[in-house]
Amino acid sequence: MSFWADPYRFLLELLYGLLIGWGLPASWAQFVLFLIGAFALGTAALLLVVFLIWVERKVVARIQDRLGPNRVGPWGIFQTIADIGKIFTKEFITPVGADWLLYNLAPILSVGAVLMLWAVIPLTMTLYGVNLNVAVLYIIAVGELGEMAVILAGWGSNNKYAVLAAFRAVAQLISYEVPLVVTLLIPVMFAGSMGLNDIVQAQSVWFIFLAPMTALIFFIVSIAEVGRAPFDLVEAESELVSGFNIEYSGLKFGFFFVADFLHAFTIALLFATLFLGGWRGPGAAQYPMLGFVYLMIKTSVVYFIVILLRASLPRFRIDQMMNLNWKLLTPLSMAVLILTALLDKLIPSSQPFIRVIGMVVMNVIILLVLNEILKLVETRRPRPVVAPVVRPVARLPQTPSMQNESGTSL
Amino acid sequence: MLADWLYIGIFLVVSLFLPSAALIMAGILSPKKPNPIKNSTYECGVETVGQSLTQFKVQYYLYALVFLVFDVEAIFLYPWAVAYQFQTVFYVAEAIIFVLILLFALWYAWRKGALEWV
Repeated sequence: MSFWADPYRFLLELLYGLLIGWGLPASWAQFVLFLIGAFALGTAALLLVVFLIWVERKVVARIQDRLGPNRVGPWGIFQTIADIGKIFTKEFITPVGADWLLYNLAPILSVGAVLMLWAVIPLTMTLYGVNLNVAVLYIIAVGELGEMAVILAGWGSNNKYAVLAAFRAVAQLISYEVPLVVTLLIPVMFAGSMGLNDIVQAQSVWFIFLAPMTALIFFIVSIAEVGRAPFDLVEAESELVSGFNIEYSGLKFGFFFVADFLHAFTIALLFATLFLGGWRGPGAAQYPMLGFVYLMIKTSVVYFIVILLRASLPRFRIDQMMNLNWKLLTPLSMAVLILTALLDKLIPSSQPFIRVIGMVVMNVIILLVLNEILKLVETRRPRPVVAPVVRPVARLPQTPSMQNESGTSL
Repeated sequence: MLADWLYIGIFLVVSLFLPSAALIMAGILSPKKPNPIKNSTYECGVETVGQSLTQFKVQYYLYALVFLVFDVEAIFLYPWAVAYQFQTVFYVAEAIIFVLILLFALWYAWRKGALEWV
């Protein structure tokens, strides 16, 4: 195998041969390779955050008609590095009465939970951590570890507002977990496997064409899972004095934002993997590194839409957000699951064109019916009438000076 | 198969190790000048009254319970989804009945007011 066809496999086999040559048993050589691979992938993901923060600040700034970071280096590209240098030298302030273990575990777990997602995502046909046979369940489980970090941060801080914010945040996060779990069933159903690389390989037709409604629900729900605007009540600065991370300072505070930025990108990566064909593209099978380029293009498009939504939408209120989840997205995702499962059995899968047309038509029908139902509910719901509230007002005693010339009381 | 889980195990350790290492490094680099005022609980300048781990609404429990129902349901549905390609319409119909029962449960919780944010 030549270097240019697949540099990753080439290096892997080179290293493996080297380790065997040094006299290591095969299982230990495997272990060392795994260790190197895990360190490389984790470090790469963390370094990616440096770039992501710059991209996000720059794009949001352009949307808001500002320049964004533009002083440190060309186009301000070293701004984040300067920020890191600053945040590393900031003092850690531990509030009195904080639970030391929980308080310090929370930021680590928050970043760790996002990093763990990277173990199962295939970056090219051959470059992936592991093609786990229960990868989708693993993603759900690890995602809930991130929620654990939120509650640990709130509980460990010994602060009323942090506890309140953590409860609200976890209520939001676990609620949106439900449609996430249901929508993730549909790619698994089509691919017949929970391994993400198998799911990518099954997408001779991108799943977004087979299940557009599912993709839409997954996208909305995953934004809520990350806690981004318009669902950013997790860190509603204007409502909860910054939320569950209020008592954190220095790098511990920064880690919650590192996790946030990396999670947003990882969600975009997952969306591209599950619905946009992952690394698939012309020539990706012969030259796996080409697949990486395709994947990054798809991910960037999704990530840009996430930033665009953040920059352009106002924040939801908490009751609106809960209603959106429990009364719309959860029943809708289940209805979509039922209809997709039925229709996919009824249409012969040997003709992909008819299958795609049938699925798209069904999804459009679901969308139209949903629209009609929502209209009906909106018109039938009694609108609360905002009446002027009569408040008791202290009245001044009537005095002669209060009367004008005509003698009428003021 | 087992090697997959070995990799996952290594990755879990590494992904917890990397942030911890950064935190320890920052802990060495950062200044340490604590004082009682700085370390007091932040409440916008007001001193904390009573315990900070206070009571909270029952609504959080209700959401958590409904969430638990649907999360357990997912564990039952995933094996079905993996084997979906080999099933006849009959098995699909059975899974649909299962989902419909859950939808009924959701409707019940809705009517009982468990999903209202009060």
